[in-house]
Amino acid sequence: MTDTAWIDAALTSARPQAVGALLRYFRNLDTAEEAYQNACLRALKSWPQNGPPRDPAAWLIMVGRNVAIDDIRRSKKQEALPDDAAISDLDDAEEQLAERLDGSHYRDDILRLLFICCHPDLPATQQIALALRIVSGLTVKQIARAFLVSDAAMEQRITRAKARVADAEVPFETPGAVERSERLTSVAAMIYLIFNEGYSASGDTAEIRSPLCEEAIRLARLLLRLFQSEPEIMGLTALLLIQHARAAARFDAGGAVILLDDQDRSLWNKSLIAEGLALIDKAMRHRRSGPYQVQAAIAALHARAETPADTDWTQIDLLYGALEIMQPSPVVTLNRAVAVSKVKGPQAALDMIEPLAQRLSNYFHFFGVRGAFLMQLGRNDEARTAFDRAIALANTSAEAAHIRMHLDRLQRDSQPRGKKSGK
Amino acid sequence: MLYAILCYHDEDTVGSWTKEQDAAVMQKLSVVQDKLTQQGRLGPVARLLPTTAATTLRKEDPPLVLDGPFAETKEQLLGFYVVDCKNLDEALDVARDLSRVNPGGAYEIRPVGHFTPGSVKP
Repeated sequence: MTDTAWIDAALTSARPQAVGALLRYFRNLDTAEEAYQNACLRALKSWPQNGPPRDPAAWLIMVGRNVAIDDIRRSKKQEALPDDAAISDLDDAEEQLAERLDGSHYRDDILRLLFICCHPDLPATQQIALALRIVSGLTVKQIARAFLVSDAAMEQRITRAKARVADAEVPFETPGAVERSERLTSVAAMIYLIFNEGYSASGDTAEIRSPLCEEAIRLARLLLRLFQSEPEIMGLTALLLIQHARAAARFDAGGAVILLDDQDRSLWNKSLIAEGLALIDKAMRHRRSGPYQVQAAIAALHARAETPADTDWTQIDLLYGALEIMQPSPVVTLNRAVAVSKVKGPQAALDMIEPLAQRLSNYFHFFGVRGAFLMQLGRNDEARTAFDRAIALANTSAEAAHIRMHLDRLQRDSQPRGKKSGK
Repeated sequence: MLYAILCYHDEDTVGSWTKEQDAAVMQKLSVVQDKLTQQGRLGPVARLLPTTAATTLRKEDPPLVLDGPFAETKEQLLGFYVVDCKNLDEALDVARDLSRVNPGGAYEIRPVGHFTPGSVKP
């Protein structure tokens, strides 16, 4: 029913703040999460009758806290009530709750919550799973589906992550300026990973994973609200918006990948692109460049081109050059080579990627790109070998299907000219 | 007389609407707008991009460019322009020109996300 849609929206948007504040109070992820869920149950009963509270987050924090304390009191016989000093770092919690939550607490609670989820002791997959569970409130089932693992495996992954966080010494005090910017970097990286997890979905799983992209965008927007003058957060948000804007054009009806050049640009989401362009524009004014801004600037150049022929490949080559300096990686060089092939031709691009062969010997895209350059140079046999290797390394069926299309084309091209393809 | 109707809502809430929820709201709004259009009473309609996209130019000398929305509670929204610009720098140039002839206060520059020109003549 649309009657409850506003409640869903209010609960979703209040979640990070409410769970963050409850975590600050109880200092335990499970207790905070349970308290929040209990508060949501009460909200579902109370709000339709009484209307929405003036400040849904404050309402949820207060109700969640009271319910959890009642629970603890009820089980008092088994367990002593935690020391006041241990459960609260506030002098007078009641007074604090009575007044409107102040902006800096709001910001620190959410940041702390995000930071705890990307605790350095946790492997990236657990960080993402924990963030989706705790910050975004996705169910274990939804997360498991997105990562293509069983519910039980995901449950275990999240439980392990929680246990590890509980074991580790988690700092609960308000972070200082230096620490805050360190946290910001790891939180941004986590959001980027969540997005990639959704973005790399193949056709048959796109519907399941695309909510991950939307969730990452929601979190990026949230982070940007908290840090309005951080050009890298603007860049990150812009990057995600522009990439996601192409979602509808990236796969054909059969789930096969459609490359940028072949995409129907009328399917691109113009309002997401407009917002992304506005943000990257604003970020660039700061003259404090960073990897997310550069990636967003590259995405923006693609988005600004009305047809593939309008793409400013020279500028893209330069931007990849900047990215190579900031974040040297063979994958970045490989991407740059694609721009180089458009500007200086396939031979120059091929020369550029040959030195990467050893380091990228297990990387699907390396062989796909190499095969494409070889094919452009008419070295079809070598191209075929590269494509064969790519198929063996494909991560999704869509990737494999895409390479197979290249192979079919090679096959077609070589046949009319007689049996030239003796391998 | 023309009336400007400025829309305020909690950005967190609006931002967490799903695509479907958002589209449903826009659809309902367009029904109301269509009625006004038929009566020749609807002027331009614009939906601004989120406040995170906002840049503020303080009309000092030299003008000071700030991030984020203009949220000084002591000053009120007195009017607005809609100008076609290639990018933020161009929009800032326009704002600077305006601030030169009308100093004091600030201009908030917010990209427009959706625009309907309308048909009404003042």
